[in-house]
Amino acid sequence: MTKKAILVLEDSMVFEGQTFGAETTTYGEVVFDTAMAGYQEMLTDPSFAGQIVTPTYPLIGNYGINDYDVESKRVQVRGFAVREHCLVPSHYTSRKTLHQYLLENGVSGIAGIDTRSLVRHIRYLGVMMGILTSELTLEEAKKELKSLPPYGKVDYVREVSTGSVYEWDGKAPGIGVNITVLDGGVKYNILRILRRLGCTVNVTPCNSLANEILKLNPDGIVLSPGPGDPALLDYMKDTARGLIGKKPVMGICLGHQILGHAFGASTFKLKFGHRGGNHPVRDLTTGRVHITTQNHGYAVDADTVKNGLEVSQINLNDGTVEGLRHRDLPVLSIQYHPEAAPGPQDNTYLFDRFVEMAKSQK
Amino acid sequence: MTGPKKVLVIGSGPIVIGQAAEFDYAGTQACRALREEGVTSVLVNSNPATIMTDEGIADVVYIEPLTCEVIARIIERERPDGLLPTLGGQTGLNLAVELSDSGILNKYDVRLLGTPLQTIKNAEERSLFKKLLTDIGEPVPPSDTVHSIEEARHLARQIGLPLIVRPSFTLGGSGGGICHTIEELERTVSSGLSASMSHEVLVEKCLLGWKEIEYEVIRDADDNCITICNMENIDPMGVHTGDSIVVVPTQTLTDKDYQMLRTASIRIIRALGIEGGCNIQYGLNPHPLVAERWAPDWKNPPHSQYYVIEVNPRVSRSSALASKATGYPIARVAAKIAIGKRLWEISNKVTGKTTAAFEPAVDYCVLKIPRWPFDKFAFGDRTIGSQMKATGEVMAIDRTFESALQKAVRSLEIGKKSLLWEDAGWANVKSLDEFPLHPHDMRLWAVMAALRRGNTPEELSVRTGIDPWFTCKFLNIVQMERRLLKEPLSRDMLWEAKRLGFSDSVIGTLADRLPEQVRELRKTWRIIPVYKMVDTCAAEFDAATPYFYSSYEEENEARAIPEKKALVIGSGPIRIGQGIEFDYCSVHSAWALREANVRSIMANSNPETVSTDFDTSDRLYFEPLDDESIRDLLENEACELPGVPNTTPPSIVQFGGQTAINLTESIVNSGHSIIGSSFENIDITEDRRRFEDFAARLGIPQPPGAAVTSMDEALKVARSLGYPVLVRPSYVLGGRAMEIVHNETELTRYISLALEMDSRHPVLIDKYIEGIETELDAVCDGENVLIPGIMEHIERAGVHSGDAISVYPALHLTAYEVETMVDYTLKLGQALQTRGLMNVQFVIMRTRYGTGHSQVYVLEVNPRASRTVPFISKVTGVPMVKLATKVMLDISLKDQGYHGGLWKRQKLVGIKAPVFSMSKLTGVDTYLGPEMKSTGEVMGVDHTFEAALVKALMAAGLMLQPGLPVLLSIADRDKTDAIPLATRFDAMGCPLYATEGTAAVIESVGVPVRLITKKLNEGSPNVIDIINDGSVQGVVNTVTGGRTALKDGFHIRRAAAEKRIPCFTSIDTARAAVDVLANSGQMYNIKPVGEYLRTTGKT
Ligand SMILES: Nc1ncnc2c1ncn2[C@@H]1O[C@H](COP(=O)(O)OP(=O)(O)O)[C@@H](O)[C@H]1O
Ligand SMILES: Nc1ncnc2c1ncn2[C@@H]1O[C@H](COP(=O)(O)OP(=O)(O)O)[C@@H](O)[C@H]1O
Ligand SMILES: [Mg+2]
Ligand SMILES: [Mg+2]
Repeated sequence: MTKKAILVLEDSMVFEGQTFGAETTTYGEVVFDTAMAGYQEMLTDPSFAGQIVTPTYPLIGNYGINDYDVESKRVQVRGFAVREHCLVPSHYTSRKTLHQYLLENGVSGIAGIDTRSLVRHIRYLGVMMGILTSELTLEEAKKELKSLPPYGKVDYVREVSTGSVYEWDGKAPGIGVNITVLDGGVKYNILRILRRLGCTVNVTPCNSLANEILKLNPDGIVLSPGPGDPALLDYMKDTARGLIGKKPVMGICLGHQILGHAFGASTFKLKFGHRGGNHPVRDLTTGRVHITTQNHGYAVDADTVKNGLEVSQINLNDGTVEGLRHRDLPVLSIQYHPEAAPGPQDNTYLFDRFVEMAKSQK
Repeated sequence: MTGPKKVLVIGSGPIVIGQAAEFDYAGTQACRALREEGVTSVLVNSNPATIMTDEGIADVVYIEPLTCEVIARIIERERPDGLLPTLGGQTGLNLAVELSDSGILNKYDVRLLGTPLQTIKNAEERSLFKKLLTDIGEPVPPSDTVHSIEEARHLARQIGLPLIVRPSFTLGGSGGGICHTIEELERTVSSGLSASMSHEVLVEKCLLGWKEIEYEVIRDADDNCITICNMENIDPMGVHTGDSIVVVPTQTLTDKDYQMLRTASIRIIRALGIEGGCNIQYGLNPHPLVAERWAPDWKNPPHSQYYVIEVNPRVSRSSALASKATGYPIARVAAKIAIGKRLWEISNKVTGKTTAAFEPAVDYCVLKIPRWPFDKFAFGDRTIGSQMKATGEVMAIDRTFESALQKAVRSLEIGKKSLLWEDAGWANVKSLDEFPLHPHDMRLWAVMAALRRGNTPEELSVRTGIDPWFTCKFLNIVQMERRLLKEPLSRDMLWEAKRLGFSDSVIGTLADRLPEQVRELRKTWRIIPVYKMVDTCAAEFDAATPYFYSSYEEENEARAIPEKKALVIGSGPIRIGQGIEFDYCSVHSAWALREANVRSIMANSNPETVSTDFDTSDRLYFEPLDDESIRDLLENEACELPGVPNTTPPSIVQFGGQTAINLTESIVNSGHSIIGSSFENIDITEDRRRFEDFAARLGIPQPPGAAVTSMDEALKVARSLGYPVLVRPSYVLGGRAMEIVHNETELTRYISLALEMDSRHPVLIDKYIEGIETELDAVCDGENVLIPGIMEHIERAGVHSGDAISVYPALHLTAYEVETMVDYTLKLGQALQTRGLMNVQFVIMRTRYGTGHSQVYVLEVNPRASRTVPFISKVTGVPMVKLATKVMLDISLKDQGYHGGLWKRQKLVGIKAPVFSMSKLTGVDTYLGPEMKSTGEVMGVDHTFEAALVKALMAAGLMLQPGLPVLLSIADRDKTDAIPLATRFDAMGCPLYATEGTAAVIESVGVPVRLITKKLNEGSPNVIDIINDGSVQGVVNTVTGGRTALKDGFHIRRAAAEKRIPCFTSIDTARAAVDVLANSGQMYNIKPVGEYLRTTGKT
């Protein structure tokens, strides 16, 4: 019989289940993700830093853990809450079980809970902090929870960003287009795709200054996705300001929010965020609808978009801003994840578009 | 481009294997959607047992044969500007192609909506399809199209065996098959060529053991594409998707696999240019364990990761499943797209907030298991392959795979078989090789049995090709079985067992308790199911849909409805003897409740149905229809109502066929209530012997008979009754039920077999009365009895009422006979205090010389809606189910504006003809007897008997053609009838072939006939040859009862079935068919069904 674990929420809601992965105590903002596959990509997505993630799909770990579906150098979620985790996975690429993977990475999981009820709770009351433990008593856990810094006050970007500049997969020949990625928690698939398109790809730390980046003489700059509240990231905003106009800039997710800030727009926190692989986005220019992968808790406030910046895409479900363009500057900005991983691959064309932009501005 | 104003929708016709209720569901949803958009809908379907053919669904309804000519006339009359071909299954699609090819669509400029003609051809014509995919770089298995056996042989040399033959434009894999030898290949190719509309078949490399994955895709005119869900067939490639156990969503695919196929799906639907929905099937590389044995070469080039198997450019069985599995109404959306709407312009009725432009997220696991007819046809070939054999399916939803699986098994209603069931033969099986692990209807049980004997999931995966993930899940179930067997039953273990879907009765069996005791334990330990919502979005949005499934979890989302309400129990999977007509009744009952301001709650397990559509009832419980689930959900609905203390809602059991009736006892005994006829009175009619006494007391005669338990008794009784007699076990054992027995040898054989199988239950012997069979349905309120109409069978008694051609109104009955039937029915209705519907079947025996009164016997009374209710409701205009449901709510017939007695005879003739799926069921005898064999029905309606019959036979595919040769092989008993028959055929210019005896008789009256031997090993051509080579276009083959005699004609009848030519096994049907020949030239009307009713018909 596996050890008992509890997940306690800010409002004292308690979910009781069994531990899996590491048997420790962990805490974070509790969020849900509706993607039905791709848990390994989820676990390694830096945007989940500081969060306890619960997939809405109940059967997790079915195809095990493989060598390919990694999106960053480690497991990034603070905790993983599932209905059921699979101990006998089945896939020809599978190397280990989800349990082993979390254990090796020292990340705690809780299984056997009514995740749907947890999701509904969050949907009604909004995301909130939670603590996941197999060590503390309920009372201890509640006390601990009160003493924790709220998610919104922590700069997780510094935790997940690279410490030094590196080039991604330098071996293969290129098309001579130089892309520099400002790493606020980049997902490897962004780098893979850019490389596949033939670009030379450099990744720089989140706190790099504009002139440092320009020294690498990039033809285009990508402001990467990442965790947390963009309002905390003035240093990235300033860097962005220093780059916009000089080089084509592509903002993705957090990068998109930062780009918004750079133009003086403001962001706000969504009640329970957008996390999953089925969010419909309407392109206001073409009228077309795209199914997108999303993972964000904050959004750009449409009413504050100004200084030549325009809303180019919106979310069909709640009308929030999904894309920005500029009347005359070369910026391409989307709130969702064209790199997918996990999720629909329909939107990788945006990278082609950006690389074209970079080329033409050469 | 402006949207159409008036749209013609083609239905799918009768229920046959491969085309079941799902198209009534799709068509009904589509017609509603058109109405929402203010588009006039004109519907044509030959199947009366459908909701879509009710007035009020479509704007104009035609119940006419689905032929090019007929539809051309409808188009000429209605002048629609659009045609929706994608809702009537393969039938609708093929008709659309015919209509267009024959220039009719152009002539009346009718636009094909949704799917352009070229797209249909590209998707259906296997060769075009292959080219199109190759052009867009999608991988297809090595294959080639062949038009002859020679070409096939040649190809076999190139690609190598095994190969699979796949005809174009067919359904359920008809005429196709997997071939391991050249002989198999030749046989299959020839049958495939004759099945294929375009006379070509695809011969393709066989990807046995590969995963079979399906995607449901939707595209709109702006080229916006979404996928609704994907599905994983647990049975790998080689077993038809319709015969596979299927799980939604896929379980063993990484996101990369998932997206690879999703991206391919979108590329394909774009290349095809479909505006609407389609279903795409893939073969995906198997797990190494499986590959090792089944596809050793899958990894090395030129093999691709996956192959595209086929696209169905229309709504399908799979799209119905996908709709019910996700809550996303595919047919509704497809219809709106077809008339020009964009995905984002269509609202998502389930959430009420979002639009149709999104991809559903599910937070549960869905299982579908096919329902095969082998309980009826125990002697048929039970192996399954690339040709579909299932008549229906069940679906179950839960939060664990194990539970969804076990619930689905509970929903199947195959005897009382749980997953624990094992074939007696398996008990002493030594090695795994002896287990029947090849694909067949009971393979799942065989796999479980093998696991119980300690074989590993891996071993079983290697043998079956089923992915290890699934066999490991099966093992979880077996391990819980073991724990239940040896560990003491603790709360934790019971909780776990319930979360794995173990029913109380299975737990009872294993833990040595009575099911009721397990239930009690659950109560004491507060282990009761909660109900979760199917909301399309995994709870991301607040949804308004009332669609629920049970689960052993924490939070209950289905609070009891605090209003007056009633539960309608559905009829479960479609099977022979219990088809779509009961779903029709359940739906109407739910609507009637709504009309009477009573909340309707629906319980059903069949995803193909209208009754399980999200807006049919006020609340839907998608659950197995067994006493545990029904009682659980009734208790979940318990609540205080003004005046009434804590009560559960009453149940309506009359509309769900035998399934619902069989639940009555446990519902009542567990303290819940039913409305309508009382359990006591239902029981009287259900228990044949009880009913005998009851009828006797009312002075209502039944065929004389007795129950016997020994051979001597049997012989004595039979002698006193006089042969022929009709025998049946009082307790039906798989396959061998009713038989007509003509002499002592036959009787001895039957009785000894029956006693051998089960000596506890007696065998019932009745005098076989070779008379006219009639049937009626009645609505009673306990006081008045309304009989909308009487039906007369064309076949004499002895052919099951469900297989007989029945005619409304009865045309050949004397006033006395009618009065007697009405009188008996009134007596029965009152004496039984029937509240609601009842169905009575009679056989009438006339005195030999027409002197004196004929004798009317009651064969049986069914205390419920019967198969004929939709038919009778439509031809008489009496809304029987609505009346019955309101009677149950204590609104008398009078208060509903109806009086008792026989309803006025309509100025029309309606004829219901059975439709069979025999070509699919190899090894099954098509001979008609007292056991039902048909899967569906059609209706022909007109102002004259002749015209109606022409239509009925046309729609049923039983038309003969003047001038085309027929084969007669007729039993001695019928030889006298053979003579006039032969003369008529001759008069119609049909050359005659006949077997030995029959030929002699025909010659004796000087009618030219060609003798053809039925002795297959003595010279050729013999009977089989002339059927196979197409020399004859029809067969009449009657035999004098008894299995021995049946052997004779068996191969003749099978040959006819395979060749898909009419084969009459009752002299009466044959006579009718020839009469029709004479009239086939004559004009029949084509008009909306309502007009036949309203106009005072000209005759
Ligand atoms: N190349 C193949 N190798 C193995 N099995 C196949 C192959 N092609 C088809 N099948 C099997 O035959 C079944 C029926 O084929 P399909 O083309 O889907 O016919 P239908 O049009 O009746 O659905 C499929 O579900 C699949 O299991
Ligand atoms: N005594 C009988 N004489 C002649 N035919 C009979 C007799 N009893 C039953 N049959 C035939 O068998 C068929 C099925 O019998 P029935 O009692 O209706 O069984 P079921 O419950 O399957 O409908 C009837 O439709 C009728 O054609
Ligand atoms: Mg198919
Ligand atoms: Mg009957």
